[in-house]
Amino acid sequence: MARYAMTIDLTTCVACDACVLACKMENNVPDGYHRDWTEQKLTETPRGLDLEMFSNRCHHCKNAPCVAVCPTGASFVKDGIVLVNKDLCVGCRHCISGCPYGARYFHPAGYVDKCTFCDHRLGSDREPACVEVCPTSSLVFGDVNDKNSEIYKLLKKRDNKVLKAEKKTKPKYYFLVSTVEKAKRSVA
Amino acid sequence: MTQLTRRKFIRITRSAILGSAAVAGSSLIMSRPGESAIGADGKTGNSSDEMVIPSYCDVCFMGCGINVTVKNGRAVKIEGNPVHPISRGKLCPRGTGGLGQLYDPDRLKTPLMRVSEDKFKEVSWDEALGFIAEKMKKIKEDYGPESLALLKHGKGADQFVKLWHDLGSKTEGHPSYAQCRGSRDAGWSLTFGKNPGGIERAALDKAEVVAFIGAHLGENMHNVTVQDYTTGLRNGARHIVVDPRFSVAAGKAKYWLPIKPGADIALLLAWMHVLIYEDLYDFEFVEEHTIGFEQLQSHVELTTPEWAATYTGLDAEDIRNTARELGEAVPNAFIFPGRRFAWYGDDTQRARAMAIINALLGAWGSETGIYLGDRIRIPKFPFPESHHEAAHALDVKYKYPLGQSTPVQDIIEASIPGRLKGGWQNAPVKGWLVYSTNLVRAVPNPEIIAEAAQHLDLLVVVETMPSEITGFADVVLPDTTYLERFDIMNAPEWKEPFVSIRQPVVKPLYQSKPGWWIARKLADKLGLGEAFNYDNFREVIEYQLNQLGSSIKDINSKGGVLKKEFEEPTMRFRTPSRKVELFSRQMLRAGYDPMPRYLKHPEPANGFYRLLYGRVPQHTFSRTTNNSMLMEVYPENRVWVHPDIAAVHNLKDGDYVVLKNQKGVRSNRVKVFVTKRIRQDCVYLPHGFGRTDRRLTRGFEVGADDNELLTEYKLDPITGSTGSQVNCVTFV
Repeated sequence: MARYAMTIDLTTCVACDACVLACKMENNVPDGYHRDWTEQKLTETPRGLDLEMFSNRCHHCKNAPCVAVCPTGASFVKDGIVLVNKDLCVGCRHCISGCPYGARYFHPAGYVDKCTFCDHRLGSDREPACVEVCPTSSLVFGDVNDKNSEIYKLLKKRDNKVLKAEKKTKPKYYFLVSTVEKAKRSVA
Repeated sequence: MTQLTRRKFIRITRSAILGSAAVAGSSLIMSRPGESAIGADGKTGNSSDEMVIPSYCDVCFMGCGINVTVKNGRAVKIEGNPVHPISRGKLCPRGTGGLGQLYDPDRLKTPLMRVSEDKFKEVSWDEALGFIAEKMKKIKEDYGPESLALLKHGKGADQFVKLWHDLGSKTEGHPSYAQCRGSRDAGWSLTFGKNPGGIERAALDKAEVVAFIGAHLGENMHNVTVQDYTTGLRNGARHIVVDPRFSVAAGKAKYWLPIKPGADIALLLAWMHVLIYEDLYDFEFVEEHTIGFEQLQSHVELTTPEWAATYTGLDAEDIRNTARELGEAVPNAFIFPGRRFAWYGDDTQRARAMAIINALLGAWGSETGIYLGDRIRIPKFPFPESHHEAAHALDVKYKYPLGQSTPVQDIIEASIPGRLKGGWQNAPVKGWLVYSTNLVRAVPNPEIIAEAAQHLDLLVVVETMPSEITGFADVVLPDTTYLERFDIMNAPEWKEPFVSIRQPVVKPLYQSKPGWWIARKLADKLGLGEAFNYDNFREVIEYQLNQLGSSIKDINSKGGVLKKEFEEPTMRFRTPSRKVELFSRQMLRAGYDPMPRYLKHPEPANGFYRLLYGRVPQHTFSRTTNNSMLMEVYPENRVWVHPDIAAVHNLKDGDYVVLKNQKGVRSNRVKVFVTKRIRQDCVYLPHGFGRTDRRLTRGFEVGADDNELLTEYKLDPITGSTGSQVNCVTFV
């Protein structure tokens, strides 16, 4: 059985928002809403400033709290992808507060919407819109159960982490740790 | 006709437009045959089927290949074109958000004519063009054709350039010269006989070590450049970022050198010193291809890292280590050329210093450095020969013997009687046609534009959007966006030579018309119609493609792109010595330093901070700061302030402040971003915001405009480049 997942490479993402705009057009996300977004985190280390930039979205958790709290079964998991059946969604929004990543929004048409990994493209030769557009090629999508897949190999090869591991939701959006070698930096 | 005054910048608001004059009935408004969108399958954009039409982007000027999905005559999606060599299926956020430009409800919809100091009225194309033609004829008769100036940017201007030549005027300028790449290209040409390219031919993907001097890739989102840049990072490239600001690129670099603004040449001279005196340069390249090495060697004998440390505020060891990092990677290291080069008035010399280091690194003509490109030559369309010997209002070669174009600010000043000194003005400038460039937001000391406007007999602006420059116009003509028109094809010099097509994907909205149509109709009214021997620009493209053994139908079946095999060009240096000139005799003869020298620039006054400016990934100049898609992801700029300075001025993150420059000019209010990502002696403001045209419903008075604070500039004597990082601000 397939288990779809995604990686983001912290070596290369510049948080440019191309992924956000491509997603909005591909999925008809209404103005003012988004299924993915970008973040920048500045930290100060003994070696100097450190800037982490990444695109963010639903983490498609294996133990998805949004699915657990959904009273109608509208939220469900298929091949590792967390989805919403909008016909079953009653708009109670428990899933929105249940999501540790803030990855869901209430669509003005009256249901909860979120990243689908562009599941409508599965089986075609197209990648999810965010992956395709990314000018820095920071996103990789694929089946982690397929040992020949690029994502499987990347996760074997590269140090990676997940966000909010302590929530024990087993997210499937992996952050590949930056490989940039950094000299001790002067601070302005 | 009474003399119009333009003392007041007119915001094109509903109230400023008299009535809503009926303009229907004019045949000029109707869409012409062949102007409808044509897909790869030959169907038009109005078919109910969904189809994908290839073209190339114009949200910035790189020309990336796009595929536009059109449904029921409406464009619904723009994606990167996978077969296009400078897109490779990917796009930056601006290109992805191009539909926000096409469907911006605030677009200019009809021709507008000024009827009084503060009123425009809607007019027909026939009336607008008739008025313009009469004024142009009068100016030509009274002063000569060179008194008509064309100020422009982008591919859409092509047929205006032709019209200008047919008229007999060579008075043309574009801000992408003196405000951007001019000094860079001149510095590289003086060294190598050639510039590093409109799309930089820089092997960011293959080099081991790359230095960036203020270039902020990752915030500057030129698609293919960023693709190669991040491929390099993935492959383990070591980057050295020299920037007063901890830019995105600095965040991804091995070294960040937070240099004191204005001291770049000192650092570059110290790098030369280390490369030469530690024998870390490319001996073979220097021996075989350069002249002037001995002069350079003695020139940089004393410019040690310790010497540079005192001016740059950097640690001497960091300077030495980064020079070694570059030198030890020879020949797989280079300095990235960078853009928006007009900083301190010694810009051509800074470009020279960077070019000289690239020569020492053996980077020119190298597959892992600044490689040589190849291109497809677009065949000439058989336009009738122009009868005129075109003249220029300015003797540019006299003023800038080593310059490569005309600085726009000189054309602007030439419009003010008695303003230009030095006896190099041949004729007054009395009329402007401004195509697709918001001069008020591009040229420093923008007040001079308002002053010049008072003296002009004619000011025409061709634009898609109301903007600061349209407010000064006599006539505003609504241009089509790039998604509604044919333009000349794009065939840049590149590692994969190609030709790509720009074509309409939807019919022009409102009464907008493409630049070629406007130029052609104007030619008719000027009695120059015969010079435009086509009815639709599509014919020109079809002819050129036929000459290349293709056709519009054929190129569309190939994804909108034609390619050819790369042919390795021979390395030739078109300098006077036919060598790479480390020491430039032609500069010496023209009265300039033959090798770059470091000159100290004045410090900000107490309580003032140098104003630095730059890009964000989501915007291009002021072109996009009303685009609903791009404004959604980046709605407002912020001024970056170091925490120590914020404390001095009692500013908190998120506070609104007004910036006041050394001359007392105040900005619109802008949010403060308190961050250690910037030095204490400067602030940083992303460009393009603080729009003043009320009709821009999303951009109006959102954030602050850096350009209005750039009231001073230091002129680069070699090119006329307007060094603009000489302005300082405080908070009020």
